[in-house]
Amino acid sequence: MEQPTPPVTVHEGLAHAPVRVMSARVKLGTRLVNLWNRRELLRNLVISDIRIKYKGSALGLLWSMLAPAFTLGIYYLVFSVFLKNGYPNYVIFLFSGLIVWNLFQNAVNSATGVIVDRAGLVKKVSFPREILPLASVGSAVIYFLIQLGVLALFLLVFHHAPDWRMLAILPITFVTLYLFASSVAIVMSAITVYLRDMKHLMEVLLQLWFWMSPVVYSYSNSLAPQIHRHGLTLLYFANPMTLLVLTFQRTFYVSTDVHSLLAGHSLIHMLPKWSAGSFFYLNVAMLGVMCVLFLVSLVIFGRLEGNFESEL
Amino acid sequence: MTVVVDVADVSKDFKIHYERHQSLKERLLHPKTGSTEDFSALKDISFQMHEGETVGILGHNGSGKSTLLKCICGVLQPTSGEIRLRGSLAALLELGAGFQLELSGRDNVYIYGAMLGFTRKRIDQIFDDIVDFSEIQHFIDTPVKFYSSGMYVRLAFAVAVNVNPDILVIDEVLAVGDERFQAKCIDRIRRFQEEGRAILLVTHSADQVRSLASRAIVLESGLMIANGPVSESLRIFREHLLGDTPSNEVNEHHNADVHIDSITTPSGTFDVQSGASMHFDVHITSATAYSGNFVLEIFTRAGVLVSRSDAQGAPINLRPGANVIGIDLPNIPLLDGVFDVNVGVLDPRGSNVKAWGEKVATLQVTYGGRQSGLVELDATIRQG
Repeated sequence: MEQPTPPVTVHEGLAHAPVRVMSARVKLGTRLVNLWNRRELLRNLVISDIRIKYKGSALGLLWSMLAPAFTLGIYYLVFSVFLKNGYPNYVIFLFSGLIVWNLFQNAVNSATGVIVDRAGLVKKVSFPREILPLASVGSAVIYFLIQLGVLALFLLVFHHAPDWRMLAILPITFVTLYLFASSVAIVMSAITVYLRDMKHLMEVLLQLWFWMSPVVYSYSNSLAPQIHRHGLTLLYFANPMTLLVLTFQRTFYVSTDVHSLLAGHSLIHMLPKWSAGSFFYLNVAMLGVMCVLFLVSLVIFGRLEGNFESEL
Repeated sequence: MTVVVDVADVSKDFKIHYERHQSLKERLLHPKTGSTEDFSALKDISFQMHEGETVGILGHNGSGKSTLLKCICGVLQPTSGEIRLRGSLAALLELGAGFQLELSGRDNVYIYGAMLGFTRKRIDQIFDDIVDFSEIQHFIDTPVKFYSSGMYVRLAFAVAVNVNPDILVIDEVLAVGDERFQAKCIDRIRRFQEEGRAILLVTHSADQVRSLASRAIVLESGLMIANGPVSESLRIFREHLLGDTPSNEVNEHHNADVHIDSITTPSGTFDVQSGASMHFDVHITSATAYSGNFVLEIFTRAGVLVSRSDAQGAPINLRPGANVIGIDLPNIPLLDGVFDVNVGVLDPRGSNVKAWGEKVATLQVTYGGRQSGLVELDATIRQG
């Protein structure tokens, strides 16, 4: 039972150890450095988050596939079988847009209440609080990657080749998506501490947002042509999800114009006819906007986190 | 010596809500959140801690000591002022606050370690030490939700002390586990001290501060009222114990100005042979007549309380002016050593201190026998 006490190690001097400063306002640069220094905690939180979610369930991680599979199946049934939209390879069109949307929705939904839910931790342990919403986004990214794998499997099964030039742009799109989801997640998690309704409000808003993004319908059926007629194309991209969804669809669905499966075989304008180059520039521009948005979200979070203790 | 903790003009205000408006409807109906009030929990606190120092923070509930600690640990941001820390810090605030109930002890060790800011590699190196220290080898792969509260706290404590932080912050957590585990914790804290690490200890137990700290800070409603040697700070702490207790006793009691002047022996020396008898005279000046209790405490140099006796049955009656209280010790059972003597005058119920003499005398006991330890037991050992 008794173990010999280890020899006393002489403690090395601290004269050159780095100094940490705690004051009322943490500067943005310091916030970023702190986040980077605690990336291990972020990784740990993501892993434990996923493990807890499926602990004791027989199907485990498979559940993370079943929910999106059901959504996919239902939309396919409703739009392709019952409403007969006539889009060829509709599953691939739908899936390539849905995985983008799912990442965003999972991240924002789970991040919104995360600081309130982990109040015990926030009030007792010191760490950059942004890590909590970022961990929610991290889990969503893991599910996204799994779904991306399944999408690849679909492409193989259907002998559907992606657009390789577009595929090269996709990492930029992914980072943009990650930054956008993180920004919304960070701000929402902080606001929810002060306004508990946000959780419910966000669920409703996300529904509306989903139908405003061109995930289930073609480009020609979207608001884009009407807006374009009034010369307000930029307005269409006010919803950042639009460009992200379109880029994914363009990469995996490829065709911009297809013949309908219905009698008459009329031409359907599925996706905008921009070149890969245009997509590249649009994505880079969006990435720039998202970088700024991410920094802004950190500043907002910093302003709000000072009173977390008395609100929780 | 390097300064490891530098607290500079730190203040912390809280908003107190009388009515909380946390839903959107309430916020819209009551746009002016109205009924809030600022409460300042810390007011311009400044102090420094050096490498290898153990500092105790004393204060009553609500004196701001936990707020100060949370600011130092980074859980709270100060409203103004800043705190500079050098080196790594591990805090034993609420043990096991970061534990995930569904996950095993092993997983939680890594998560908790990461919360404290240590890498997976570092935890790998000390994992066995942590498990040994916590004494839950058989349950390390069991989900934490099945742990007893003692196991839970032991595991958290084991992580925090085994990551070997440069600064260890302890908040009233030494009351964990059974006595044997407590002794182990104290032992580990002493080793930390030998290794020259800094320890910040928050407690309202004067005994703990006396036995562990080299310096003590006293907080009183957000203000730092003492920062100095333990004995001096303890004196101030005790004086404030009587200062702010609302007293509905007769006024003359409250106004009674009692002061302990000195303590003397007939022989003029405090050197005594073990087993001999001894007499102390305590000289007390009182402004008014006062009737109360009297306490005598004897401590070892390491701060262990050997004995505390009082005159509970027969109150002492002080007359206005100079008084002498006699203490008879018929047969001193102490073995070889140096002992500190504290005396004090308390109110009749023994809850309020009227006057206190901290370390008013030093007892030198010499012993010629063969026993070792603190006291003479007079044990006879024979064949049964």
